[in-house]
Amino acid sequence: MKAPAFTFERAPTLGDAFDLFEAGGGEAIYLAGGHSVVPSLALRLQAPETLIDIAAIPELSGIREEAGMLRIGAMTRHAEILADPLVATHAPLLAMAAPHVAHPAIRNRGTIGGNLCHADPASEFPAVMLALEAEMEIAAPEGHRRVPARDFFVDLYETACAPGEILVALHVPVAGPATRCAFDEISRRRGDYAMIGCAVQITLEAGRIADPRVAFLSVGATPRRVPGCEAVLHDALLSAATIAKAQDALGADLDPMDDPNVPPAMRLHLARVLLGRLLGQLENDHV
Amino acid sequence: MSEQIPLSFTLNGKPVAAFVEPRKSLADFLREDRALTATRLGCEMGTCGACLVMMDGAPAHACLVLAAQAEGAEITTLEGQSEDALMADLQAAFVDRNAAQCGFCTSGMLTTALAYVRQGGTPDRAAIRDALSGNYCRCTGYEAIVDAIAGVAEAAMHKEAAA
Repeated sequence: MKAPAFTFERAPTLGDAFDLFEAGGGEAIYLAGGHSVVPSLALRLQAPETLIDIAAIPELSGIREEAGMLRIGAMTRHAEILADPLVATHAPLLAMAAPHVAHPAIRNRGTIGGNLCHADPASEFPAVMLALEAEMEIAAPEGHRRVPARDFFVDLYETACAPGEILVALHVPVAGPATRCAFDEISRRRGDYAMIGCAVQITLEAGRIADPRVAFLSVGATPRRVPGCEAVLHDALLSAATIAKAQDALGADLDPMDDPNVPPAMRLHLARVLLGRLLGQLENDHV
Repeated sequence: MSEQIPLSFTLNGKPVAAFVEPRKSLADFLREDRALTATRLGCEMGTCGACLVMMDGAPAHACLVLAAQAEGAEITTLEGQSEDALMADLQAAFVDRNAAQCGFCTSGMLTTALAYVRQGGTPDRAAIRDALSGNYCRCTGYEAIVDAIAGVAEAAMHKEAAA
């Protein structure tokens, strides 16, 4: 199908974007890479009066290290995440997840900021943000604020970014020398929406786990951390016995949504299988 | 109908200046306004890969890019690749392996294949299938397409080793 008619505006600066949004009387949508917005228009899921192209706003681009954090501009394309040396060094979990995002051509144009603001429950980067304990920098006409990833994903396709606000950048704490991470997902075909996905980041010293973060995607309206599972992993030796206990703990942590294609019991089973694979991988890498 | 906006970008090596309706996709602009019909429209939602064009040197879905978003970009359609030696090799390999049946997906397949081989993609069949995961073919079962790309990737590797 074809998109409904709208007017198109280019915003060279954040201030221009806010002014254009204000002028649109709340009926405007910001456009970054457009790879979620444009198909939603073609499917006539939404019909904004105005699209405001924010791609050229300088604050939204670039990847750099800043005060022990990696600052990733919201307009960064998935393909850049995949290829960037700073991301590979300082946020390896993000680089590991990037090849799982859609297909190669989508990754050339889709942006991480757009992906996070779209907040699809089956999307990879939101779960990675939870595991990395990243902070989201949101710009509003009154100024900038930072929201921790755990407070950013509010509900299905809903984030802490209010109408008119713009996600400017993500700030990711840089990985230390003992940081270990793994990411994988299970889907019926490569590039399909994941039936389950998992991001793991731990600190591993002398075989002992500290600061475990385990986040799942495709388990409900938003990505989830699993506190019970993380409590099992905390200060434990990374061993087959620990992995089995961590897998068991998922039963109390996760309450997957009902879905005719993937019933809750199957999704929980897949979550356990995937967690076992990822922790097993970290254990093998360590030996 | 909303007001048309000015648009200028580079299309197949030549500057283009036009007025375009904001809602018009790059694919519709290429097909309807420029009669460049190698770019096909299948799903119009970024799933099938029939509309892939090169945008600033990398494959992009022309159905997911508004023409207005191409401002200042360098767009190359399959028509603009006909002088490219690697594209000629891919096209010849597709013909040899009978990798096109109805041909609807072929432009997109070739665009993905060109990027894959240019980036040093290997003849590994699983890697080729992964690269093609966003290109749908409803005729061939992909075998012949993978064969054709694997042959060109192999030749490109040997050429590189010899150089």
